[in-house]
Amino acid sequence: MHGRRARWNGTSHVTADEKNSPGLIQVGHGHQKDGGTGIHLMTLEKAVNWARKGSLWPMTFGLACCAIEMIAAVSARYDIDRYGAGVFRASPRQSDLMIVAGTVCVRMAPVIRKIYDQMPEPRYVIAMGSCATSGNIYDSYSVVQGVDRFVPVDMYVPGCPPTPEALFDGILKLQDRIMQRSVFYKKPPEVMKT
Amino acid sequence: MHPVAERIQQVFPAGFQRAVEWRGDLAVQVSREHIHEICRYLHDNPDMDYDYIVHVSSVDWPDEAERFEVVYEVYSIRRRARIRVKTRVPEDDCIVDSMTNIWKGADFMEREVFDMMGIRFRNHPNLIRILMPDDYPEGYPLRKDFPLRGNGWRDTFSFIGEKN
Repeated sequence: MHGRRARWNGTSHVTADEKNSPGLIQVGHGHQKDGGTGIHLMTLEKAVNWARKGSLWPMTFGLACCAIEMIAAVSARYDIDRYGAGVFRASPRQSDLMIVAGTVCVRMAPVIRKIYDQMPEPRYVIAMGSCATSGNIYDSYSVVQGVDRFVPVDMYVPGCPPTPEALFDGILKLQDRIMQRSVFYKKPPEVMKT
Repeated sequence: MHPVAERIQQVFPAGFQRAVEWRGDLAVQVSREHIHEICRYLHDNPDMDYDYIVHVSSVDWPDEAERFEVVYEVYSIRRRARIRVKTRVPEDDCIVDSMTNIWKGADFMEREVFDMMGIRFRNHPNLIRILMPDDYPEGYPLRKDFPLRGNGWRDTFSFIGEKN
């Protein structure tokens, strides 16, 4: 007990590596009154983006076998919650990220568009797997040849189906992209004309 | 000949066309005008007692005069017996009596046949498309003359320009 307190007393836990890496935000030591790492200087934009990328709430949108890999990514072995994207919501109005996992048929297309329109901004879309990206082998009368024909897609995850690691790679790359976005002025809306 | 097929031939000499037994599966081809009463007999008669409808499907034979074939597969749970009842319809008058008032479970399966092959069912309570969108304009996808990739809807989405 005594030794443990002595170890925490007055020492800074920031390694040299963390100090030198630009853009990294350190939290968790602000309660210490003995100086060190309580104050951080950054742009507000970066802080907002940091908060946004750390709490991506995805919406459950499993359509086919890719959904099984998405479920595996959520479960204990892979644990998508490590990246802040584990709070799967059943409502589009509570979610930031739509992971379109699976084959999209023509009958499903207006539903996806409607759900996308119901999501609050900022909203992101990951097309998970070959079917959502390009239709895959289903070059047929009933399958949409890529979900990007009617919703804007931020990240494409290849694979048939992608492994949970591949989905994480897509989420991490999406988080990198979120950090680069501007927050306080609005870009013109993305034009969706096919 | 299979005793069930013989019985059908005795009771419905006008409707019975032929029976094929292959690897223990009995298939009976009947005329379109008599298929409803034959199925009613197969369901109601205690010697037949086919009380469970397994599947309704359809076949397209594009080179033959009566182009489409509707196939009902029914099963008797008590007797553990199967029978397959087929009938032919021509393209210019492709309508068959619905079996939904005999087997309730035929409802969705007949809708699927209508959706995919365009065969209509008389007296069906709700004959609308089941898999494709209700307003799908391009025809019936499982017909042999339907192009595999459809007729071009994949590049046009009517809901893109809508205001929500």
